[in-house]
Amino acid sequence: MTRSFIARLLVGAGLVGIAAVTVGNVRHRSTWTTAELAMLRSLSLRSLEPLGADASNRYADDARAAALGRDLFFDTRLSGNGRVSCATCHVATQDLQDGKPLADGVGRTARRTMPIAGTAHSPWLFWDGRADSQWAQALGPLESAVEHGGTRAQYAHVVAEQYRERYEAVFGRLPDLTSIPQHAAPVADSAARAAWSRLTAEAQEQISRVYANIGKSIAAYERRIEPGVSRFDRYVDAELAGSRHTPESALTTDEASGLRLFIGRARCVTCHNGARLTDDHFHNTGVPLPAVTLPADSGRVVGVRQVINGEFNCTSRYSDAKPEDCEELRFAVTSGPELDRAYKTPSLRNVANRAPYMHAGQITSLDDVLAHYAAAPAAPFGRSELVPIRLSPNERRQLIAFLGTLSGPITVPPTYDRTGALAHPAAR
Amino acid sequence: MHSLHAPRSWRRVTPRSALAVVSAIALAMGCGHFRTDAPSPDIQTVKASAHHLYRASVRSDVTPIPVRRLQTWTLHLDTIDGQPVDTATITMDGGMPQHGHGLPTSPRVTRALGNGDHLVEGVKFNMGGWWVVRFAITSSAGIDTVTFNLGL
Repeated sequence: MTRSFIARLLVGAGLVGIAAVTVGNVRHRSTWTTAELAMLRSLSLRSLEPLGADASNRYADDARAAALGRDLFFDTRLSGNGRVSCATCHVATQDLQDGKPLADGVGRTARRTMPIAGTAHSPWLFWDGRADSQWAQALGPLESAVEHGGTRAQYAHVVAEQYRERYEAVFGRLPDLTSIPQHAAPVADSAARAAWSRLTAEAQEQISRVYANIGKSIAAYERRIEPGVSRFDRYVDAELAGSRHTPESALTTDEASGLRLFIGRARCVTCHNGARLTDDHFHNTGVPLPAVTLPADSGRVVGVRQVINGEFNCTSRYSDAKPEDCEELRFAVTSGPELDRAYKTPSLRNVANRAPYMHAGQITSLDDVLAHYAAAPAAPFGRSELVPIRLSPNERRQLIAFLGTLSGPITVPPTYDRTGALAHPAAR
Repeated sequence: MHSLHAPRSWRRVTPRSALAVVSAIALAMGCGHFRTDAPSPDIQTVKASAHHLYRASVRSDVTPIPVRRLQTWTLHLDTIDGQPVDTATITMDGGMPQHGHGLPTSPRVTRALGNGDHLVEGVKFNMGGWWVVRFAITSSAGIDTVTFNLGL
């Protein structure tokens, strides 16, 4: 619905100047320009791009793989101590993150857990983008010494013993594991690494392929986890339709003011753009060093090397993609000062429910995040892209009020039975 | 002649009004939070190279040019007197002058298509605002560069 139409309605009603939509005690001035409405539309879920096929994972849309992936996601047997699953840090009741500055697996990690919803749309996974698909991402923590702390040989045995029938229905026959040790992988642990080195190249390839398929199953599950409709999305729908707001769509004056700042003077939309409110790229914004001593963390400059050389990247032998399908990898920026301490722009969906913030949880509140962006301090190393802006305490409060309107339920995959069929069709 | 497929709102923009338009886009799309610089007024879509050795135009396979999406461009290249250039070494770079950063990808001219057309793969823009893309051209006609401004 166009502004001119709205204006005609208002003139017809004898109202000149300020247009207002009133719902109960909530009064919202409908003063967005056509360009601003286009911007708002671009940020709403109605602009979320349709999920394209994952060329690197031919099982990505196989419901049986998703059902298997769901069970693997919650299975603590996929860990070195039998107590850690993907869901340990990606907590189902917390937007699939853990609310901690640093994640706790079998040990403590050096990074903040990222949420999962909508990551199937992202070309790069992890804060530094060291994986280029959901399935490659899922494999990283499984063999991390401080996350799941296990080995791919161990996981192949778990699949053979617990999930053989379901795995083989999707991926074909498992290799013979009778001569494969319980723990073997090209990991830091010297015993596991030595056991791995004693395997033939053919055995290594077979085990790694089972491991890749574990990742592809988990990705088939995660792929269906999408951001749900927030009050902001309903607000934009109503604004575009020119219809009266309901309590479910109305923004308060502060929230609307915050939105105006978000797309205007505060420049948040520079990086937090699109329906997921991320540009899927990497920026040095000068966030402070963590309060605790952690290994040196250079961000994208290391992450890009890891993904280019990644054992499970889009061009790897375990990928189902043709090389020409791997455009993000082929044309990735691999050098330059902009990569120093650059981290991926996180989605802002559900951001208000997700303190603490930044790649190591350095900042505890949204108010402090906004104070950081306004002050734009020099980066601990590398060069911050920010310059200072003036944001009053009231403007910070308005921005935070707006960010709260981006909260919404995530769409969780329906329950499957073991064949991948919906166990409760009505739940869809 | 190929032309740059600019956003719809730019199609009636004249060079005279370009400075104001680029400035307005920069303000509307969020540049003030990042490093700033004087915006360029030049938004022509068919360009002579810096030393007038070539005339060039570009088009994207997706119009209007999208944000956050990989795209393939076709660069059409003629000598300044109108002869198509098929044999050339061409590199592309660019960035956002107001933000002080480069392109989010490393696009490459991957092959000549004939009749002066060259395939440019891996083009991407990760945010709205004023972008500059530059082609460096080496052929028997000489070494030169051609620069395009985009408002996304």
